[in-house]
Amino acid sequence: MSLLIRNVTKRFGSLVANDNIVLELEPGALHAVLGENGAGKSTLMKLIAGTLQQDAGEIIMNGQAIPPGSPAAALTAGVGMLAQEPLVCLPFSNRENFRLGSAWDLEEATQKLRQQSQKIGFRLHPAAITRSLSVGERQQLEMVRLLARGIRLLILDEPTSGLTGQQRDQLFAALRQLATEGLMVLFVSHKLEEVNELCRTVTVMRRGKVVGETTLPKPEADLVSLMFEQAAPTQARAPIATDGSAAVELSGVDAGYGRQGIAGIDLAVARGEVIGIAGLEGSGQGALLRALSGQIALRKGRLAVSGRDLTNRRLREFRKQGVAFLPGGRLEEGLIPDLSIAEHLELANGTRFLIDWDHARTRSQASIDTFRIKGYPDTSVDALSGGNQQRVLLSLLPPKLALLVMEQPTRGLDVESAAYIWNRLLERRRDGTAIVFASSDLDEILTYSDRVLVVFDGRVIASRPASDLDAEQLGTLIGGVLAA
Amino acid sequence: MDATFASIIAAAAPLVYAAVGEAITERAGIVNLSLDGSILLSAMTGFAVAFTTGRVGLGFAAAAGVSALVALLVAWSGISLRLNQVAVGFVLTLLAAAVASYQGEGFVHQPGPSVTPRPIPVLADIPVVGRALFGQNLSVYGSLLLVAAAGWFLARSRPGLSLRAVGERPEVAHARGINVNRYRYLAALVGGALVGVGGAAFSLDQKLGWSDGHTAGFGWIALAIVIFGGWQPLRVALGCYLFGALQVVALRLQSRIPGLAQILPSIPFPLMIFALLLVNSAGLRRLLARSHRVSRWLLPEAPAALGRNFVP
Amino acid sequence: MTRRIASFLVPLAVALGITALLLIVAGAPPLEALGLIGEGAFGDTTRIADTLTAWIPLGMAAAGLVVTFRAGLWNIGVEGQIIAGAIAASAVSRSAPGGPAIVIPLLLLAGVLGGALWGWLAGILRVKGRVNEIFGGIGLGFVAQSFATYLVIGPWKRAGVASTSGTEPFREETWLPTIGDTRLSWVGLTLLVIALVGVGFMLGRTRFGLRLRAVGSNPASARLLGVPANATLYWAFLWGGGLAGLAGGLLVAGLQHKLVPAIAGGRGFLAVLVVLLARNRVAFVAPIALFFAAISVGSSQLQLRLDLDSSLGAVIQGVLVLAAVLYAGWQARRVLVKRLAASAEATV
Repeated sequence: MSLLIRNVTKRFGSLVANDNIVLELEPGALHAVLGENGAGKSTLMKLIAGTLQQDAGEIIMNGQAIPPGSPAAALTAGVGMLAQEPLVCLPFSNRENFRLGSAWDLEEATQKLRQQSQKIGFRLHPAAITRSLSVGERQQLEMVRLLARGIRLLILDEPTSGLTGQQRDQLFAALRQLATEGLMVLFVSHKLEEVNELCRTVTVMRRGKVVGETTLPKPEADLVSLMFEQAAPTQARAPIATDGSAAVELSGVDAGYGRQGIAGIDLAVARGEVIGIAGLEGSGQGALLRALSGQIALRKGRLAVSGRDLTNRRLREFRKQGVAFLPGGRLEEGLIPDLSIAEHLELANGTRFLIDWDHARTRSQASIDTFRIKGYPDTSVDALSGGNQQRVLLSLLPPKLALLVMEQPTRGLDVESAAYIWNRLLERRRDGTAIVFASSDLDEILTYSDRVLVVFDGRVIASRPASDLDAEQLGTLIGGVLAA
Repeated sequence: MDATFASIIAAAAPLVYAAVGEAITERAGIVNLSLDGSILLSAMTGFAVAFTTGRVGLGFAAAAGVSALVALLVAWSGISLRLNQVAVGFVLTLLAAAVASYQGEGFVHQPGPSVTPRPIPVLADIPVVGRALFGQNLSVYGSLLLVAAAGWFLARSRPGLSLRAVGERPEVAHARGINVNRYRYLAALVGGALVGVGGAAFSLDQKLGWSDGHTAGFGWIALAIVIFGGWQPLRVALGCYLFGALQVVALRLQSRIPGLAQILPSIPFPLMIFALLLVNSAGLRRLLARSHRVSRWLLPEAPAALGRNFVP
Repeated sequence: MTRRIASFLVPLAVALGITALLLIVAGAPPLEALGLIGEGAFGDTTRIADTLTAWIPLGMAAAGLVVTFRAGLWNIGVEGQIIAGAIAASAVSRSAPGGPAIVIPLLLLAGVLGGALWGWLAGILRVKGRVNEIFGGIGLGFVAQSFATYLVIGPWKRAGVASTSGTEPFREETWLPTIGDTRLSWVGLTLLVIALVGVGFMLGRTRFGLRLRAVGSNPASARLLGVPANATLYWAFLWGGGLAGLAGGLLVAGLQHKLVPAIAGGRGFLAVLVVLLARNRVAFVAPIALFFAAISVGSSQLQLRLDLDSSLGAVIQGVLVLAAVLYAGWQARRVLVKRLAASAEATV
C-alpha cells in the first residue's frame, strides 16, 4: 500500500489553493505537512479524503486512482481523515457514531468498537453519549472507527489543538505503533515541536505550493524559514506618544471561546500602544481579543478600561467607553449582508431618528473616498471583496476610541492597501487609542506593533518589544519552545 | 377504567400518526410546517374517497397520497430551490385548508363509512389494558404499531441511524457516504403519508365525517407535540396520549360545566406554550447540564440541521 | 424591471391556470367564474365599497406584519392580535360613555393596545422563553380566540340567550361613520392610508427601520454595530401587534358592530400571504391587499350564481402565493447557477 499524489491542482475562484502538488508516501510513513494559515494544507487533505474534488491531477492509492470528490470512494480505497473538528454527531452514542455509514448492526459495532479501542489503548465506552467526550476522545472515537473500517492511510488535520498534553502523548504513541504495522500517517500541523517529535519526513507548503521536503527532526529555525517568506526589513517607526496610563488592563482573566480559551491572562496596554498578538492558529487569540472587547464573559479575573472596571458589563458599556472590535469573520460577525455601505455607516454612526439619505450617501461617499473602498454608497456589502469589506468595517469605527481590537485586520488585502489602512490606524494613536490585534502575518506584527505578545495554549508565553525581535526569533517563539 | 383507557388510546390515534410522521420528517432535517392544512386536506380526501367508493381502505390510501404530495412540495422547495421551508410550509398550510374547504363542500355533514371495530378475541378481555390495546379497530392498532416500529427504526436500525445523522449533521452523513437529500426526500414522503393517515383516521374513525375546519388546529398541536416529545416516537406518542386523556376528561366534564364545549378546542394551546417554555427553559437546562443522560431525556434537542438546506 | 414584472405575472398566470382547471373539474365555465369574481368585487358602488371595507383590516394587519417580517420574525400570531384588539375595542364600546368623537378614538386606541399586548407576549415568549414565535403566536391566537368565545357566550352574552352568533350590537355612537349608504368608512380608509404611509416612512427613513433590517439579517453584527437587538425585537412585535389590533378595532366598529368569536376570520393568515407575495415591501402591500380583498369579496358571487363554494377565493389566493414563492426560488436558483458557471469560466 502506498500513496501517490500526482500533479494535483485545486482552485477556488481565482485563488489557486493547491498548485500542481506532488507527494509520495510509503507504507509505515509518518509524514508531516507544514505551512502557515492559508498555505493550502487543509485543501490538499480534503482532496485526498474526497470531501473536495481536484480540478486536475490524480490521487493514487496502491496503484489505483481514487475517484475524486467522494468520501465514500476514498474510504473504500483505504483513506480516512480525522478532520479538525471531529466529524461526529454529538447527541449520538459512541457506538452509533462508530456504526454510522457502515454495514454493521449495533451488536457488531459495539464489539468492534471495544476490540479496536483496546488494541490501541483508548478507553471509549460504547454506550456513552459522544457529547460528554472531550475533543480528544471524540478524535479517538473517529480514529478507532476509521481503523476498524480498514484504512491504510490516516490523515490528521491539526489533531492536537484541543488536546491535553497527556491525550497528545497517547495519540502519538498510538500513531507510532500503527505506523510499525504499515499504516501511513499524514500529519498536518503548524506546531513545529510536535512535527519534530512524531514525524520522520515533512513537506512544507506556502501559498498553495510545495516549497520544501526534508527529513526530521530538524532545527525549528530551519523549518520556520521554510514556512514563512523572508521578512522585509522593519521600517523605522515613530516612538509611541503615551503618557503611560493604561487604556485597558486584564488581571487573572480566564475565558472560553470556541475550542481554545484563555487562562491566567495579565495584561496592561498603555494608551497609544500597539500590541500584536502572534501565535499558532487557535492558540487562544480569538478568546483574548473577544475578552478584551467585551464580546464574551470572563470566567475569572477583572477587566478595566481607562481605569474603569468593566468586568462582565454589557457590550453597550464597552462601546460607551470607546472599545471597538473588528472580527475576522467580516460578513458573519461584523457586517450585515443585505445592507449597503451607506446604511452601515448610518447604522453605526448616525444619531438622528430621521435619516436624511442624501446626506448619508454624501457622507458615505466621503468615507468611500477616504478609505478607498471599491464600491458605491448603495452597494450591498456582500457584493464587496473581502478587502473592501474590511475597509467598510474600518470606516465604521467611531472617531474617538480608547481601545481598538482587531482580528486579522488586513487578511486578504494587497500590500499597498494594508499599508494604507495601517497608516490610518496608527494616526489614531495620537489621540491615545490603544490597538491590540492578532495576525498570522509575522511581518505585519513586527512592522506595526510596539510590543509583541506570543500566545500558546491559551497563555501568553512571551511579551517582547517589537524592536528586539526579527522574524526568525518570532517564529521560534511561536513554535512554543523558548518561553520567556 | 378499561373503557377510559381504551377511549384515550383511540382518541389519540390520529394525532399519533401525524405527530410521529412529522417527527420522522423533522429527524431528517426537513420541517413540514404544513401539518394543519395537510391534516384537513387528508381528512377531507379520506372521507370523500371512502364515501364515493364505499371503501375505507381506499380513503386512507388517498389521504396518505395527498398529504405525501404536500410534503414532497415542501421538501422539493427546500432541497432543490433552497427556499425557506417555513415559508413554503405556511403557505401550504393555508392552501391545503382552502382546497379542503372547496373540494369538501359536497361532503359536509354527510353520514359516511367508518373503520369497523375489530376486537381481538381473548386478548381484548385482559383486565385493564385488554380493551385499550386489543379491543380497537385497525386504525388504532396501526397507530400502536407505528409507535413501536418508528421507535425501533430510529433508535436501532441502520437506515434510521443514517436518517438521524442527516438531520443532525448532514456534512457528517455526507462524509460517510450517505446520500443526504435522498434521505430527506424519503423522510418527507413517509412522514407526509403518515400525516395523511392521521387525517383519514380523524374523518373515518374518531370524528366521523367532514365539515369545514374539521380538525380544529390539530396540526399545530401535532407540531408542538413533536417538540415536546423531543423528536422521539415513544415520547411523542406519550404526548399524544396525554392530550387524548385531556380530551376524554374534558368531554366528560362538558355536561357538568356549561360553556366548556366552546372553549375546549383551545385548552391545549396554553398547554402547548407552557410545554415549549419548559423544554426551552434556560434555567432547567443549566440545572441538568451536568448529567447528559438526564438532560437528554428531559430536555430534548432539536435535530441540529432542522430546516437547514444542505448543499453537498 | 422585466424580471420584477415577470415575478408577478408568471405566478399570476399559473394561479389562473390552476383555478381554471379547478373550475373545469367542477363543471363551471372558468371565464364566467372569473368574470363573476371581478363583478362581485367591483360591479357597482356597493360592491366597490365592500371591497374597500375588506381592504382596510387586511391592509392594516399586513402593514404591521411588514414591520415584524423586516426584523426576521414570523409573526403568525397576527390572527390572535387582531382578536385581542377586537376584544379590547369591544370592552370600550360596551362601557365607555360619550358621543362618537370620544368613544371612537378611545375604542380604536384600545384596539391598538390590545393587539400590541398580544404581540408583546409573543415577543416575551420568543426573547425570554426561547419559544419560537410561530408556536407562541399560534398558541396565543387560539387563546385569544377562546377568550372571545368565552366572552360572547359568557359575561357578554345577549340578554337571555348564549349564542356564538355574537354579542348584542354595540350602541350606534360606537359605529364608524360611513360614506353614503355603503358600509365603507372614511375613518378606516384614512387610518389605513396613514398606516401604510407611516410604516413605509418608518422603515425607509428612520433609524428604527434600519435597525429592524439589521437585526433581521444578522443579529450578531447588529449588536456589534451598537443595535440593541432585543429591544428592537420587542418594538417590532409592538408595532405588528398594534396595527393588527387596530385592524381588530376597525372590524368591530366598522363592520360587525359587535363581538363575534370569528371576528378575525382568517384575515391575519391572509395578511401573511399578502406580505409574502409583496416580498415584504410596503409599496406592494397596498395593491396586493386590495387585490386579495377583491378576490375574497368577489368570490362570494360564485356561491350565489354558480353554486360554487366561496372558498375558491382562498384557493386562488393560496395558489397565487405558492406559485410566486416557488417561482422566486426557481429564478434565484437560475441566477446562482449562472453566476457559478461564470465564475468557473473566469478561473479557467
